[in-house]
Amino acid sequence: MTDASFTELVRLRDDEASDAPAVTVDSFADQSNAGAVRIEPGDDARLLLPHLDHVTRVEVNFPSFTDGRGYSAAQILREAGYTGEVRAVGDVAVDQLGYMRRCGFDAFQPEVPMNEADVEAAFTRWENVYQKTSDGRVPIWALRHGEADG
Amino acid sequence: MYKYDSWDQQMVDTRVEEFRDQTRRRLSGELPEEKFRPLRLMNGLYLQLHAYMLRVAVPYGTLNGAQMHALADIATKYDRGYGHFTTRQNIQYNWIKLEDAPDLLADLAKVEMHAIQTSGNCIRNISSDHFAGAARDELIDPRPYAELMRQWSSFHPEFSYLPRKFKIAVIASDTDRAAMRLHDIGIQIVKNAEGEIGAAFYVGGGMGRTPMIAPCINEFVPLDRLITYAEACLRVYNRYGRRDNKYKARIKILVHELGKDEYTRQVEDEYAHMLEQGVEPPFAELERIKTYFADPAFETGLSTEVDRSDPDFALWVDRNTHPHKADGYVSAVISLKPVGGIPGDASDEQIHLMADLATEYSFDELRVMHTQNIVLPHVKIADLPALFAKLDAAGLSTPNLDQIDDIIACPGLDYCSLANARSIPVAQKISERFAANGKGAELGQLKLKISGCINACGHHHAGHIGILGVDRKGTENYQLLLGGSEAEDTSLAKITGPGFDEDGIVGAVETVTDVYLAQRTDGERFLDTYRRIGMAPFKEALYD
Repeated sequence: MTDASFTELVRLRDDEASDAPAVTVDSFADQSNAGAVRIEPGDDARLLLPHLDHVTRVEVNFPSFTDGRGYSAAQILREAGYTGEVRAVGDVAVDQLGYMRRCGFDAFQPEVPMNEADVEAAFTRWENVYQKTSDGRVPIWALRHGEADG
Repeated sequence: MYKYDSWDQQMVDTRVEEFRDQTRRRLSGELPEEKFRPLRLMNGLYLQLHAYMLRVAVPYGTLNGAQMHALADIATKYDRGYGHFTTRQNIQYNWIKLEDAPDLLADLAKVEMHAIQTSGNCIRNISSDHFAGAARDELIDPRPYAELMRQWSSFHPEFSYLPRKFKIAVIASDTDRAAMRLHDIGIQIVKNAEGEIGAAFYVGGGMGRTPMIAPCINEFVPLDRLITYAEACLRVYNRYGRRDNKYKARIKILVHELGKDEYTRQVEDEYAHMLEQGVEPPFAELERIKTYFADPAFETGLSTEVDRSDPDFALWVDRNTHPHKADGYVSAVISLKPVGGIPGDASDEQIHLMADLATEYSFDELRVMHTQNIVLPHVKIADLPALFAKLDAAGLSTPNLDQIDDIIACPGLDYCSLANARSIPVAQKISERFAANGKGAELGQLKLKISGCINACGHHHAGHIGILGVDRKGTENYQLLLGGSEAEDTSLAKITGPGFDEDGIVGAVETVTDVYLAQRTDGERFLDTYRRIGMAPFKEALYD
């Protein structure tokens, strides 16, 4: 058995990762040149919508993986047309990656490094999906009624 | 009934493999219990007092003979030879080993079944009217809408880490047989003044510690907007439902704290936004699902008469059958509440028999009732004597639908780690008492529901008579409640006063039924008499 390799940051984007420090949603309104912002579970992601054109990275923090507010936050950003990085940080593990990606997350920085083989499995396991979400995958109901899988 | 296509099958097969991988990582120690717990719950695996319990979904309570046989085989192969039908129209097994769970789920997948989202803080199995597609009084079969919602809610990525569990019921009759207004979302399919079919949304009901009856937040959502409207209801809840206190985390508390009007306003705003997102399956998908629920080939010109000379048979027909939309047919209820038995339990042999009877007499279809009984939905009246004889030989002919001994009871302290008191022995003693004193037969419809703790899995708030087990200084104590209803006349029961010990509660139930028998007027049910005369005469008899 080979040694498993572990990763601290998974990024599904081709652009270079920005290392701008993330500021809070509250302070972001006052310093709109900040570039990166961090959403806590209780923050309203919609407050960021007027400023999205100069946000390069949104971090969505999961203090506990069982608090699912961040999934809605990411969906709201993507539904508003945001194309920058949306990174899940905190108590994130391989078993959450699939759903996070479906909600528009495209970077993952967990507290505990993840096994790369498990990460790969999480992204490839589900060949089809039942819902339309911001990841653009064609849901099963669309496939049934003639829409090609893009 | 619905049949999986290759996509549906692939989804459940994939889930089995995903859970097999998660279980492997748990058993190897790679995945710690606190991370594994929500994952196993979303696969129906719940840790009880003595072992794992596995809860299998029976979507909207409908299943066929082959599926029922598979449930019996699971009881034999992985449990101790019996299963327990639940108040969410599901079945659960009480003695499952973690290492067996992936194989068990694979066995289920072979008959188009699963345990997806039967526990955990996610959207649970969608429940419905157990007489759906058969009842004479329904507007339309509600199950296609429930199936549409089953697929939408399965593996929903945004709503799998909700503040708390989330239960949806769909009905399509003014007679509510699914406790619709005691759900997080209750949907009634209705017809508007223009003759169009749509969905009335009731949001924020529930039992538990803080029982609430859901208010109607939208009287008519068009059918091609059902999923979009549900998305909006869920998103507001996921974002703003309380997460600081698990006892205040259900949507009923959010609706209550915001007020119905403000919650509705937020949902309508989100709905307007969601309409832009294209999340709704096309109407053709609903039509596709509907074709699976077409009526079976009912015969016409059948007799509606049957020989009633056997009084046991006649009583069973009167109590345990329900009017059917096709002349010459009825829906027949198989009671899982024999005198002195455990409510909702069935042995593997009984489950096999019920499966065979469904194939022989009911177009291969069965239903699980939320009252923990089984329905054969489409039985020819002419076949009732033969059906009754076979049920009787297997101990399944108890004639007690909606009678005092048709008790809903949670597993209680015999199995559940949350319970404060035992529920099953109380149910057993009450049914034995009323069988022995002969009063049961006089009482008519009387719905008795028992919970072993304040979480109210036994629906005590909705019982005409409710019993709540509590812990009082280390001893089991039982509070008595009166006046609840889960039907279309939804009401919440009120506590009579100080509680009773195990024998005392059985006597207290007898006392309140004596008050009813003395005070009732013609045609009044226990609940009607209680509503007319109020709590005082009952309290007087109990405590003075």
